[in-house]
Amino acid sequence: MRTAFIEELCLLAERDERIWLVCGDLGYSVLEAFSNRFPGRYLNAGVAEQNMTGIAAGLALAGKTVFTYSIANFPVMRCLEQIRNDVCYHNLNVKIVSVGGGLAYGSHGYTHHGVEDIAVMSAMPNMMVVAPGDPVEARAATAALAGSPGPAYLRLGKAGEKLLHRRPIDFEIGKAIQVEDGRDITLISTGGMLETALEAAELLRDKKYSVRLLSMPTLVPLDVEAVGQAAMETHALLTIEEHGVGGLGALVAEVLAEGGTGIRFHAVRLGRAPIKVAGTQRQLREAQGLSAVAIAIAAEKLFNRMGPGSKWKALDEDIVALEPSSRQ
Amino acid sequence: MRDRFILSKGHGAAILYATLAERGFFPVEELATYCEGGSRLTGHVTSGVAGVELSSGSLGHGLPVGCGLALAAARESLDRRCFVLLSDGELDEGSNWEAILFAPQHRLDNLTVIVDYNKIQSFGRVEDVLDLEPLADKFRAFRWAVREVDGHNVDELLETFSALPFEPGKPSVVIAHTVKGKGIDFMEDDLQWHYKFPTTEQMQAALDELETAE
Repeated sequence: MRTAFIEELCLLAERDERIWLVCGDLGYSVLEAFSNRFPGRYLNAGVAEQNMTGIAAGLALAGKTVFTYSIANFPVMRCLEQIRNDVCYHNLNVKIVSVGGGLAYGSHGYTHHGVEDIAVMSAMPNMMVVAPGDPVEARAATAALAGSPGPAYLRLGKAGEKLLHRRPIDFEIGKAIQVEDGRDITLISTGGMLETALEAAELLRDKKYSVRLLSMPTLVPLDVEAVGQAAMETHALLTIEEHGVGGLGALVAEVLAEGGTGIRFHAVRLGRAPIKVAGTQRQLREAQGLSAVAIAIAAEKLFNRMGPGSKWKALDEDIVALEPSSRQ
Repeated sequence: MRDRFILSKGHGAAILYATLAERGFFPVEELATYCEGGSRLTGHVTSGVAGVELSSGSLGHGLPVGCGLALAAARESLDRRCFVLLSDGELDEGSNWEAILFAPQHRLDNLTVIVDYNKIQSFGRVEDVLDLEPLADKFRAFRWAVREVDGHNVDELLETFSALPFEPGKPSVVIAHTVKGKGIDFMEDDLQWHYKFPTTEQMQAALDELETAE
């Protein structure tokens, strides 16, 4: 995704002289594509994210479209107040780009796990929050954000993700992308979980369930209409994200609860506890119940549970039984 | 080409608003609404008020933004300068030192910092909380051009500002030695007046003293 991002940003910068790229001393072998071509609009601010974000705000006050770039939590949390006060309050044209969202830097340890970023960024005023599902979405999101004034957060995976969209996509900020249509179960995936969601949908189809799969690259503003339609037209809805509490699950749950449809709902997400062991992204996801098999099992259980009006029970209890190592 | 001024010590909002109103950015009468319900004149500097470049209030934000404004002008060879007024207590914030490290690296001689060095911060004497001394040497060590002035001497300030930049290729800092509550004998150098509102009688006494001094 980061390759798609930087390629697209270079294309945009060729046409638009306002575009700047500011990094926090990270981006080796990625950002050179930009810095070599546009040295006058590139800045390595050093290992100093607060200053980096303040500078971005200053550049934006001077009329620039500024992309800040670093990995995991560094461009998000280390400088959160600069984002809130300097960028968001003034509604400035600063796009915060984080590479390695979720557990992409799995083996690096907890400091490098970006698993609360969506919750934090979606609470900021004026902020658009976008987590593309594959390199096609990443490219389209980069272009769309460059053309949309105001603050934004772009959460990217790392590198080498599969191209999942076989057809050209109609990318629009604030709109879900329907990958498959179905009537029984809706899966809504954000960010790099799209590949796993596709696999889970396949498993469910093998069991004769009709599955609607939505890729939800934009978390804020959320595509409330697509969520509402899924709630009316299908019987169970699961959100899937490589993120802890307060992300896609919470955003969708609020829409569902306020809409009063009573659809069966479950959020597939990471637990609250920090992950303290090393592992590949795949290993850590699976240990947290973020595998196609676990999602398919959760979806089937949810679909077959009694409908609205039945006694409340957390689906989590069943999932915990299936995934002994995982959630809390 | 207009210069930019950022009041980073956002708790000094009242004086900025008063100055802007006197200079015609908005009607002087509006000053009476300061901090009143529905007023846009909030207790800390907020944008949306004509003439305000940047909202402030949380300390340590103004200088990084000022660096961005100065960098944009420098990269495009624009004749635009940027001034940032900092408090002394504010220099406890690490974000300022990130920016103080940054500005000389990029030879931002269109950037000037003014430190309001009254030696009192919110909860005590600067020397007792986090001593900044030797402050001028710190800036010099970070490759800034430094001048120390009496922050209450307008002639000295004017002469100092007319000498900017102090050295080509270096950002400038004016360390302005000041006295908190200067000119009002019962307020001078007294921490409690960071927090207290004067009574009507105290306000009149203060105004009388200021007018006599003029």
